[in-house]
Amino acid sequence: MSDIAERVKKIVVEHLGVDAEKVTDSANFIDDLGADSLDTVELVMAFEEEFSVEIPDDAAETIVTVGDAIKFLEKNVAA
Amino acid sequence: MRRVVVTGLGMVTPLGSGVDVTWRRLLAGESGASRVEAFEVSDLPCQIACSIPRGAGEGEFDADAWMEPKEQRKVDPFIVYAMAAAKQALDDADWHPSSYEDQIVSGVLIGSGIGGIGGIHDASLLLEERGPRRISPFFIPGRLINLASGYVSIEHGLKGPNHAVVTACSTGAHAIGDAARMIALGDADVMVAGGSESPINRLSLAGFAACRALCTAFNDDPTRGSRPYDRDRDGFVMGEGAGVVVLEEYDHARARGARIYAEVIGYGMSGDAYHITAPSEDGDGAFRCMQAALKRAGIVAADLDYVNAHGTSTMADEIELRAVERLVGNAAANISMSSTKSAIGHLLGAAGAVEAIFSILAIRDQVAPPTLNLDNPSVDTPIDLVPHKARQREINVVLSNSFGFGGTNASLAFRRVDA
Repeated sequence: MSDIAERVKKIVVEHLGVDAEKVTDSANFIDDLGADSLDTVELVMAFEEEFSVEIPDDAAETIVTVGDAIKFLEKNVAA
Repeated sequence: MRRVVVTGLGMVTPLGSGVDVTWRRLLAGESGASRVEAFEVSDLPCQIACSIPRGAGEGEFDADAWMEPKEQRKVDPFIVYAMAAAKQALDDADWHPSSYEDQIVSGVLIGSGIGGIGGIHDASLLLEERGPRRISPFFIPGRLINLASGYVSIEHGLKGPNHAVVTACSTGAHAIGDAARMIALGDADVMVAGGSESPINRLSLAGFAACRALCTAFNDDPTRGSRPYDRDRDGFVMGEGAGVVVLEEYDHARARGARIYAEVIGYGMSGDAYHITAPSEDGDGAFRCMQAALKRAGIVAADLDYVNAHGTSTMADEIELRAVERLVGNAAANISMSSTKSAIGHLLGAAGAVEAIFSILAIRDQVAPPTLNLDNPSVDTPIDLVPHKARQREINVVLSNSFGFGGTNASLAFRRVDA
């Protein structure tokens, strides 16, 4: 697992209070991890904070699974 | 109108988490006051407060036991305290509505005086330092005063009235009075009602200090700071916590065999129309408020056994005392009146609810809780102010007073119900 993937999963576990093994790449924040719409807004903010990156609203709307977040950040975070 | 009784009690106070530990320590004459250690106070005129004892020990408040950590993170502490007190009260009443029919007749009305002021302070700094994109989506719902009721409603499936009161230091009393009225009028059969407050932060201490309302002369002797009616009092000591009761329509309670603590027999309200922070000097607002509660209850002042005073340890103590003397006339010598703020401080929007519970327990245990630190009363009175030590005595009818900034007054009357 990449460093980014690890950090993403850690944030998801902390914010949603879910077990780490549930946080797979295909896990949907709302359907699988019990998040509501406000939780997802806060998750995106937490990713922005952790990776010092801005995630525009239209991009944020496409991030619905853990894998989506990892993919976006791997592409947009300076190594 | 339908009769309303109290069937469940819950509280988190500076004397502990739970009704039993708080009441036991209150009757023992213990104080919840201490020097504030949680944040810098050296530049504040008042450096003491009555904080909730935290921890996982017996009688201590363990927030994780009442609300998941991930939910706590989203809200100000007054919501966590309300969740704890509401759960205690519902468990005490053994009322856990699971059917749709039971849920829609069960409501919630929990208020707060200043709600999420601490979180608003923190978010303001964040906005200034980091900009609007760093403001959490939970900022607004976690600070709103009616979200104490909102969270409790969701947690316990209460689908009846979902309301909140905001009347400064009268909040808790108004919440119980208004909720009782909703039951009396048939809007609900069961109401979870009370007040909650988490004001111990730099901004609130600075603000109340600027109003010249806080105790400043006892920073080195915190437990002696709250001293209602004493000549050396110089302001209130702030406290935090929550008090919640389960109110229930009388026949509903009887039908399910619920334990009945007392009946809500009277509720009076009045306005001073005088000053934003000071009570009217003639005590007229307080007098009319108590009189309205007695009238609603259909009793006379001589029927009163115990009064839980608003008694904040400020100059206003004497105004309330004179108003009570005027109310009870020749019966003054038969009445005990104490201020439990001497032990737990002033819980602002939670005060009226916590003190209503103390008044109800006074009926249950036939004992008046003490007024601590009353070494030298500032005025003579024929009324027993219960100095220093709790007093065993006959108590069947009680009155609990609350008066708030804005000139808003509330009095609740309770009576023993014979089984």
